[in-house]
Amino acid sequence: MSPQGVNSYRAGPSPDGHFGLFGGRYVAETLMPLILEVEKAYYAARQDPSFLEELNHYLTHYVGRPSPLYFAERMTKELGGAKIYFKRDELNHTGSHKANNCLGQVLLAKRMGKTRIIAETGAGQHGVATATFCALFDLPCVVYMGATDVERQAPNVARMKLLGAEIVPVTSGAQTLKDAMNEALRDWVAHVDDTYYVIGTAAGPHPYPEMVRDFQCVMGNEAREQILAAEGRLPDALVACIGGGSNSIGLFHPFLDDDGVEMYGVEAAGRGLDTDEHAAAINGGSPGVLHGNRTYLLQDENGQIDEAHSISAGLDYPGIGPEHSWLAAEGRIKYVAATDDEAIEAFQACARLEGILPALEPAHALAYVMRWAGTLAKDKIIIMNLCGRGDKDVFAIAKRLGLPL
Amino acid sequence: MSRLERRFAAIKAEGRGAFIPFITSFDPDPATFQRLLAGLPGAGADVIEIGVPFTDPAADGPSVQASGLRALKQGVSLKKTLAAVAEFRKSDNETPIVLMGYFNPIYIMGCETFAKAAAEAGVDGLITVDLPPEEEAELRDPIKAAGIDIVRLIAPTTLDDRLPYVLEHASGFFYYVSITGITGTASPTLDSIEAAVKRLKKHTDLPMAVGFGIRSPEMVGKVSQVADAAVVGSAIVERVTANLDDQGQAKPDLVEDVLGFVQQLAAGARNAN
Repeated sequence: MSPQGVNSYRAGPSPDGHFGLFGGRYVAETLMPLILEVEKAYYAARQDPSFLEELNHYLTHYVGRPSPLYFAERMTKELGGAKIYFKRDELNHTGSHKANNCLGQVLLAKRMGKTRIIAETGAGQHGVATATFCALFDLPCVVYMGATDVERQAPNVARMKLLGAEIVPVTSGAQTLKDAMNEALRDWVAHVDDTYYVIGTAAGPHPYPEMVRDFQCVMGNEAREQILAAEGRLPDALVACIGGGSNSIGLFHPFLDDDGVEMYGVEAAGRGLDTDEHAAAINGGSPGVLHGNRTYLLQDENGQIDEAHSISAGLDYPGIGPEHSWLAAEGRIKYVAATDDEAIEAFQACARLEGILPALEPAHALAYVMRWAGTLAKDKIIIMNLCGRGDKDVFAIAKRLGLPL
Repeated sequence: MSRLERRFAAIKAEGRGAFIPFITSFDPDPATFQRLLAGLPGAGADVIEIGVPFTDPAADGPSVQASGLRALKQGVSLKKTLAAVAEFRKSDNETPIVLMGYFNPIYIMGCETFAKAAAEAGVDGLITVDLPPEEEAELRDPIKAAGIDIVRLIAPTTLDDRLPYVLEHASGFFYYVSITGITGTASPTLDSIEAAVKRLKKHTDLPMAVGFGIRSPEMVGKVSQVADAAVVGSAIVERVTANLDDQGQAKPDLVEDVLGFVQQLAAGARNAN
C-alpha cells in the first residue's frame, strides 16, 4: 500500500475542504460558523479514543458489524466469469450501510451538546437509520423527505414514524432528495443553536464529505481483511452504486492506493443516458455548485439544476459527492451506469439465484456486475457492495412487474 | 465614487435611512417585471435589489422560492436579468442596482464573463448568498476589477472574531441578516437590531442594511432609523403573488398595486422621526 501523502489518493481533502477543484463550503453566512464548529468538533472526536471506543461498541453490538463478505456462488456460476463477492451491509441493523454514518454523526451531535437532530432522506434508509439512533440516544428527530419519495417508499415512512421521528413531506421542486436537502438546510439555518444536521451521503459542505467517508470506510477496511482471509489476495475490482456516493466511497477508499484494484461506480441511468431522464451526474453532467460543494451536477446552460430521474429513490439526485468528482477527474475510478430496467432485472436475478432481495440502489451495481463479470477470466475477483436490502422496494417492484398482491 | 457610495452619502445628508425593495427577476413575467423595475425609483426605492432565480434557493422562504419558480417558468436567466438591468439603465443612471442570488449561475456563465457583462449592464453590487469569503477568490478579482461592490451578508451567528475576515473585501454596504433563518419568516425585534448595530459599527464604517422579516412601513421606519437601510423582500413578492389570477397571470392592476405598496414602505423610511 502506498504511504499517505502527496502520491496518495487518500490524502484529501485539503485543510480548507477541497478535493482538487471540487468540494469546499458553499453555504450562507448564517451557517458558516456552524460548519466550522462541526469541523472542529469532528477532528477532535476522531482523535479521541473514548469517542472511537463508543463508536466501535455500537457498531459491533448494535449495528452488527462486521458484515459478512459472501461468495455469491450461484451468481458467479450463472455469469460464468469472475468470482463475485457481496459485501453484505444490507444485513446491518436498519437494513443498509447508512447506519455506519448515522451512528457516528449522532454520537458527534451528542458530544457537541446538540439536542435536536434533522436529516434529509431519499429512499428512506438514511432517515430510518437517523430515526433509529435518535430513538436509541433519546433525541428528537425531524426527517425531510420529498413528497414523491414519501409515496414510493411508504414502508420506510412507516418505520421512521414508529421510531418516533417526525416526517416532513417536501413539496417543492420534483419533491425528491434534492428538495429534501434544501428544506433540511432551511431548517438548520433557522435552528442553528440546538440542531445538528445529519447529512446522509458523502456530499454537502466540508467537513461532511470527509466525515461521512470516514464513517463509511469501515466497509472497505473490513472487506480488505475479509478478502485476504478468503482468497489470500486483494480483489481485482470493486463495484458499487452511486447516488451521492457514500456506500461506494466507503468501500473504495481503503483500496484507492492499491494499483491492482479497479473500481467502478455505477450511476443510475434511469430511462437511458441518451434521454434526459437519468441521475448520472458524472456521465451526463458538468461541474457546478449545489448544496454546499462544487461537484458534477445535472444542470442546464444557465446553471439551473435539472431534475434527476431514477426508479431508485436513493440514487435520484442530480449531484454526487465531491471526492467522486475528483477521483473521476483523476481517472482513478471509472463511472459507468445502469438503467431502471437493468436494475429490476438484477433485482430479480439476485432474488432467484441467491435468495437475497437487494435494494434497488445496489441492484444497479449488480446490473453492472451482470453485464461485465462474464467477460472476465474465472480467476478474477470482484467485490460488490450490497449496501441495502430491498424490503422497502418490494411493493413498488411488485406493482411494476404486475404481481397480484 | 460608485453609485452606491453616492446614494448612501446623499441619503445620510438628508438625515434619514434608505429603503431597499427586493423583487425577483422576471416575476411574474418579463414585461411586468420590467415595468415594476422602472417604477421602483419613482415609488421611493433608494437602492434596488433584484433576486436572480435559482432552482435550489436554500436560504429563501416559501414566498421568494415560489417567485423564483414562476420566473424560471418564464425563462429567466442571469443573462436575461442583466439585459433587463441594461434596459432599466436607459432611463435611470443613478439608482443603484444590487443583484442577489446563488453562485452556480454565475459560475456557469464564468466569473470573468459575468463581471464584465454585469458592469456593462449597470449593476452596482453583488450578493452571492452561498459564497462565503472562504470560497470567493475566483469571483472576487473579476468583480472588483469591474468596479462592482461586493456586498457581504453578516448574520447573528457571525461572531466578532470572524467579522474582520468577512468585512475584508466588502464595499458599498453590508447586509445584516436580522434573524437566524430564511427570508420572509420570523421578524427581528428592534432591540436585537440595535444591539447588532452597536456591535457591527465597531468593525466597519460601511453603511448597514438590515433585512429578513421586515414587512411593514412601520418596521421600515424603525429599522432605517437604527441602521442605515431597511430591505423588504418577501412582503413585496407576496404583494405580487396576491395580484395574480388563477392561471398565475398578472392582473391588470398589478404594477400599480405593488408600486403603491412600495410607496407606503418607502414613506416609512422618509417620515420616520
